[in-house]
Parts: sequence; structure tokens; C-alpha cells
Amino acid sequence: MYADEMVLDRSNASSAEMPVPPVMPASPELPVPPVRTIVLDRAPTPVRPVPEREAVRPLSDFAGPERLSLRHVGVSYAGKEAVRSVSLSIHQGEVLALIGPSGCGKTTLLRTLNRLTELTAGASRTGEILLDGEDIHDLVDTTLRSRVAMVFQQPNPFPMSIFDNVAFALREQGRKRPARRQLEPLVVDALRRAGLYDEVRDELDRPALRLSGGQQQRLCIARAIAPRPEVLLMDEPCSALDPISTGVIEELIGELRRELAVVIVTHNLAQAHRVADKVAFMYLGDLVEYGGVRDVFEDPRAQRTREYVQGAFG
Amino acid sequence: MSAVAVHSGRTRGRRSSPMSWRWSDRLALAAAWLAGLSLCLIAAAIVLYMGYRGIQYLRPGMIFERPQVSADQAGSGGFLDPLLGTIVVSAIGIAIAMPLAVASAVWITEYGQGGRVSRSLARVVESSIEIVAGTPDIVIAIFGLAVFQLPLLAPLSFQAEGGGVFGRSFIAAGAMMSLLALPPLYAATRDGLQAVPAQMREAAFALGKTRITTVRRVLLPSVRSNIATGTTLGISRIVGSTAIVLILLGSTLRIETQGAVPVVNLLRGTGSSLTTYVYENSPAGEGAAPEKAYAAAFVLLVLVLALNVAIERLGRGRRDVVSSVI
Repeated sequence: MYADEMVLDRSNASSAEMPVPPVMPASPELPVPPVRTIVLDRAPTPVRPVPEREAVRPLSDFAGPERLSLRHVGVSYAGKEAVRSVSLSIHQGEVLALIGPSGCGKTTLLRTLNRLTELTAGASRTGEILLDGEDIHDLVDTTLRSRVAMVFQQPNPFPMSIFDNVAFALREQGRKRPARRQLEPLVVDALRRAGLYDEVRDELDRPALRLSGGQQQRLCIARAIAPRPEVLLMDEPCSALDPISTGVIEELIGELRRELAVVIVTHNLAQAHRVADKVAFMYLGDLVEYGGVRDVFEDPRAQRTREYVQGAFG
Repeated sequence: MSAVAVHSGRTRGRRSSPMSWRWSDRLALAAAWLAGLSLCLIAAAIVLYMGYRGIQYLRPGMIFERPQVSADQAGSGGFLDPLLGTIVVSAIGIAIAMPLAVASAVWITEYGQGGRVSRSLARVVESSIEIVAGTPDIVIAIFGLAVFQLPLLAPLSFQAEGGGVFGRSFIAAGAMMSLLALPPLYAATRDGLQAVPAQMREAAFALGKTRITTVRRVLLPSVRSNIATGTTLGISRIVGSTAIVLILLGSTLRIETQGAVPVVNLLRGTGSSLTTYVYENSPAGEGAAPEKAYAAAFVLLVLVLALNVAIERLGRGRRDVVSSVI
């Protein structure tokens, strides 16, 4: 919401001083247009969160032990670097938002944390990623992915019943299938934690694809958190959803962070501001800035970050 | 609508004069309609004529009576044996073809894309299946005869009293029939798997599932309708084949069993199908009983049409119904 205000603000200023269109080119490779210089010449307007939104969520007081530790992580696709030397630490009880313009490597970085990038031919990784002190490279991929769960941009439930979607996630590799009786409490618990149970309690056997988009996404979250992972990765989980569903999921993220470390990639700065405790700003594969949400949004150290959080480009 | 089409056609600068291409357009349109309608007409003619003949000659008894050698038509019985022969051969053919086709489609789409070796191997498999698809069934039949006459495979087929191997049996015919059903089944399954969005696979991988679990629990259930369509096509090819029945099933009037073990004796025995029954009873064959040929042809047609409808329903109905996956 404040991003909209910023755009308005900027366009007023530029039309007063120079007759250039206020619309910015999206590509960062293009030469800097004059209007940006004008914006930057002005004293940086502090980004004010919308007051009632701020009140909704205090910064995390559940900050727990470090779960994931990234040391000089780089990812390249067929020799082309997508992420360069990123070092971060991700703690339980905190939400880390990865922000940055399109193509800056935030999704790639996210997918590296559960080694999904390995499925892309030609992808390679450098540096170290430790999960509870253990290099994820040495963990069996299926084990790693049930400890570091993921939710995608598009809700992608399997073409099965609601119950089976969650039960499928609970089934362990190499073990005999548990009976429905044994699974039922676990499935119900996962659906409850994902805030979906009350809506679907009487229709657990209905096909998951009949649910609405927002419900489908919460089912995907239930599916991801059912095996009790330590880290939850979310790749723009709300970008395919309406504002009401988005609000529900944002609230849910606030709840989930009590027991998990959450890493969320988002294009929506307002959302990052609302849900995150820590923010990492990436630009062209580099980690430009990393810090508490207030520091990054209100007093960014890097010029790039300031421009981005003010909605100047991207 | 046509004015817009005319205008855009002109701006593209065709050489011929507007009058002439308009005529060719009209001709093309007329040809398209004519071809479409006449195909409908031909299909309708086949069904209606066979229906008319079938109803004229078909007696319920024919379906339940075994054929008999007889001097006059009144005593030659019905076509129970050929009908059963068609069903048994189709069942054997599909039972062999389906696992093979589904497994190779899974391998090609899910495993054959990895390294350079597997990719070139995948190309070899693809073209082998294309070759099988293009082989006439009479060639497949001759090849099958060569294979099943091998002494090693003698126990699988009908034998003469002295132990001579004919290389003919339901097993031999069914095995070769599976080659007819395999290409359409394979193609349908492969296309279905390729159409499953990549995010469905990623969703399963992100839950810590292996590729094979993903295939078995997520991908195959979602391509069930494709497999059903492929099965229909495959059965249609099997049911329609005459050459393989003539050469590999013996085309005997009745089902002749071999040995004493209940099911095995049927599999090792010989028989015929509705297609060869129609052929034998047509004026071209030995029986020269056209009314029986018409009746059997009608039953064959109804069988195939019913199968199409049934399997179509099965595949469509199951698509998003709850599957008990766990």
C-alpha cells in the first residue's frame, strides 16, 4: 500500500521539476534516465509502514537457534552466475524475506536451500550451506527436502483427495504405508496448523482441485509442514491469490514462525514489510543488504536498496 | 467475416487475381465440407448397412452357439468360438502391451533425459517403437511364426501328435498382437506424461519424494485417461487384425485346447477370431455364407464401438475422482 503512495509522490515531484514521464524502465541494464536522478537528489523519503498493519505483528520474539547457515553460496547455470557469494543465517522463529527485482537470483537462492536447483541440468553450486551444522550436500536429498519444505508460487495440490495430499507428504521413503487410522490425527493436525481444517473438516475425501486458490495454497502449506520440517521455503506464495487469501496466508506465516524458520521470496514490498523479521535485498545475483526489516526499509545502507524499497526501479 | 478475410488476403499480395483466388477459396471450402460430410456419410453407411444386415441375419443363438462343420448352412452353428477368440487374444495382447508401453513411456519422459548416453538410448527406443508401429501385421505374423516355431518355445504352442511344432497358439498370437497395441498405448502415455506440468513433479520432489514414487503416486494416476485412450486404440488394432489370427492362431473353426491344465490348455491351443470368421464366411472364403459373415461383422462393430464408449467413460470419470493413494 505504501508502495503506491511512493509512486504517486514521485510522479508529482518529477512533473513539477521536469517534463519527463514518471514511468520507469524495468530493465536495470538501461542507462539511468533523468527522472531517477531527480528522485535520488531529493532527500530519501522514509518508508512509513501503514500504521494498523504495523500493529498487527510485532517483530518476532521467538527467535531461536540458527537453522540454516549460508557461507559464500554461489549458483551458476551452465557457467552463468545467478547468485554470487551470499552469506546469511536463518534462525528458527524468524521470517526472512528475500526481495529484489526480477532475475536477481532470489528464487534460485531459495531453490538451492533444498537442492531443487540440482534438478536443472547444468546448475552448479559453490560455498557451504549448513542445516543444523551439517552440510546439506551430505544429506540424502529426500531427507533434506522433508526437513526443508517448500511452497510454490502456483498452488499445486496433487490430483487426489484433500486427505491424501497431506497423507502423501507424511509417508516416509522406504517405509510401509501407515494405515489411515494412524495418519488421521497427523493429517488433521497439519490442516489445523495451516488454518484449513475448519473449512474442510467434512470433506476430507473431496478432490483437492475443487478447493479455491487460497484454500489450495493453504493445503500446500499443510502438506509442506505435515512432516514437521525445520525450515519452510516459500516462493512468492501469494502472487497467484486474491487480497483476502493473501491476508489469511500472511497471518498464517506469522503463526508458523513460532516453530519454524521461514524464508519467503516476494515481489511485494508491502508484504515483505508486513511479514518479515529480516530482509535480504538481492540485486543481479549479489546480496546487497541484509538486516532487520526496519533497518532495511527505513534506513537502508546501500543506495541500491534505498532505490528499490522506494519503488524507484524493478 | 469474409470481408475481413478477403482484405487481409489481398494485403499479403497473392499473385493471382482476386476473382481466381476467391474461387479457389470457395473450392477449398467446398472440398473441406464435402470431404467432412462424405466421411460422415461413409461411416454412417457402414454402420447402418451393417446394422441392417446384422439385424436381418443375426439370431441370438449365433452368439451362443459353437460353429460346426456341416454340409448345409442351417447346421453350421453360430460364432461363439470366434467371439471368445477375439476377446482372449485382445486380453492377452493388452496384458502384455500395457505394462511394456507404460514403463517405456515413463522411462523416456522421466529417466531418458538425463545424460548423453540415456538421451541417445531414448532416441533408439523411440525409433524402434516407430518401426514397430509402421510394420504391417502380416510381417509381424511371419516373424512371430519364426520365433514361436523355435524348439525352445515349443511348449507355448499347439503341437502335432508326433511332436512337430506349428508355432500357433493364443499365446503366440497374443504376444504378437501386443506389438500392434504397443505403439498407440506408448504414444498416448508419453504425451500424457509430457503434458503434466513440471511444477507437479517439483511439488513431489520438494516433499522429499523420489522420482519413482512421484511417477507411481502422482504422475501415473493423473495420466489414467491417456492410458485408457491408448488402450482403446490398441484394442481396436488387435480386434481388427486378420493376418496374425490367420497365421499364428491357426484360424481353426473351434477353439482347440492343448493339454489338460485348465487355463494353460487354452493359451496353448488354437482358435479363430471374428475377423477370420468374417473372412472365411465371406464369398472370398471357404464357407461362402455371407449372412453369417454379416452377422459376425455386425457383432464385431458393436463390440468395438461399445469398447470405445466404455473405456472413454472410464478414463474421463476417473480423472479427478478421489484416488486412494495412501
